[in-house]
Amino acid sequence: MSKEERKENIISTALKLFAEKGFYVTTIPDIAAKVGMSVGNFYNYFSSKDILAKELILYISEYLGKHIREINEGPGSAKDKISAIVTFYFTMATERPEMIEYFLRIYLSNREVFGESCEGMVCVSPFITEMMIFFDDGVAGGELRDQDFFSAFGLFMGYLGGMVFLFGEKILPEPLSSYEASIAENIYRALKTV
Amino acid sequence: MRSRLFKPTLIWLQGVTCNGNTHSFLNLPYLPQLLARFEVLYHPLLPCSQSLEEIARCRRGCDVLVFEGAFDPMMERAGVTLERLVAYYAEEAGHVIAAGSCASFGGIFKAAAPERNSGLAYAGEHPDGPLLGKAGKVINLSGCPVHPEWLGFALMNIAEGRPISVDALGRPTALYRHMAHDGCLRNEYFEWKVDAEQFGRKEGCLFYEHGCRGPLTHASCNRTLWNGVSSKMRVGTPCFGCTEPDFPRRNLFETKTNMSIPEEVPVGVSKRAYLTMTGIAKSFKIKRLEERLTDDD
Repeated sequence: MSKEERKENIISTALKLFAEKGFYVTTIPDIAAKVGMSVGNFYNYFSSKDILAKELILYISEYLGKHIREINEGPGSAKDKISAIVTFYFTMATERPEMIEYFLRIYLSNREVFGESCEGMVCVSPFITEMMIFFDDGVAGGELRDQDFFSAFGLFMGYLGGMVFLFGEKILPEPLSSYEASIAENIYRALKTV
Repeated sequence: MRSRLFKPTLIWLQGVTCNGNTHSFLNLPYLPQLLARFEVLYHPLLPCSQSLEEIARCRRGCDVLVFEGAFDPMMERAGVTLERLVAYYAEEAGHVIAAGSCASFGGIFKAAAPERNSGLAYAGEHPDGPLLGKAGKVINLSGCPVHPEWLGFALMNIAEGRPISVDALGRPTALYRHMAHDGCLRNEYFEWKVDAEQFGRKEGCLFYEHGCRGPLTHASCNRTLWNGVSSKMRVGTPCFGCTEPDFPRRNLFETKTNMSIPEEVPVGVSKRAYLTMTGIAKSFKIKRLEERLTDDD
């Protein structure tokens, strides 16, 4: 296994452990044991839990950014792209729930862990940038209404985050995928030009 | 280098114009010395050896033709159409200078009557003027008005027999390779995304909300100051992008945004890279840049 693969392995293991046990309860020895390496060796990859925490949010942000960029650069209207983003987000929440969990439950609720080097958009910029490109293209193309960025962003991501939260709490009667079409339609109606 | 005894002949013709470029030229500090290097056959305001009527007879060519204003083929000077006058003198001249944005790209008069008016070699950014075939000898000195020092630079180089390299739109690279943003005293505010909030103040950047075109405009206004002292941005007014072929634009005091995201970003930077960079820069709150430079209002 190459160093990069090992690093990737630590990241996915840590994400799963954080989702299962919680951020503060999970220790570096727990993670090292689960990936099958010594604690000493673990520190060759991440020198502290806080640094690992920042790397994880960057990893998730880059993962989200990469996929939304593919949607942005692909063909289709803003309406089609809203559907594609919703589908991608819900698929990710179903198949890799630990990534969204980490974003919603750890990154957004434990700001003290991320400190100054992660303030504002610094650690989530790959993802936010793609959402900006999506909105900018949609307005420039005349399909979406010009409005404040955060009003639009909050509506879009807040809605998705809320649904994933309900799903995680096992409150939703149906699987996430069955809501994709109606949610995409709601978002589109809220954002489109009159 | 040419002998100082040789004096190129110069004719300054006007198309559809407000006289702004002539007035700008009158502010050139070394105007007398510059004019002494030429034999001025005709200029509408400056001392010259011939009248407009004599020039309109088209009997003797000139070495340098300076044209001010938009080109309207049907417009007449002393009973002769501009079409004929420009064709005749441009044929003879070794250099043609389009002085100002109207002569270069059509400017405000092309915006008002696009079916009639254009620049000498360009209509906007399209090579579509009467001197298109002679574009190689047309030097576009765009600007509304042309900076007197830029005109002085071009004429002095011609008097000295030095070649002038130009960009794809015929503008001298020495004057137009940089952006108006270069030398702007507000660059630190630009870097950290601190908006000016008000016109006329020393603090803040005018790019984010007030329509400044500095990072999108090829010009050296902040390198060679107007009257040696100032520029629009220095006094707290946005750059209007007057040297670009799309001038004049609408809503000069507003930055066009889509969902608060600037529609246009600095020349040469991809929007994705720009948004990544600015998003991060915006995260920093630099107290020093949020404060007034002086306590008095």
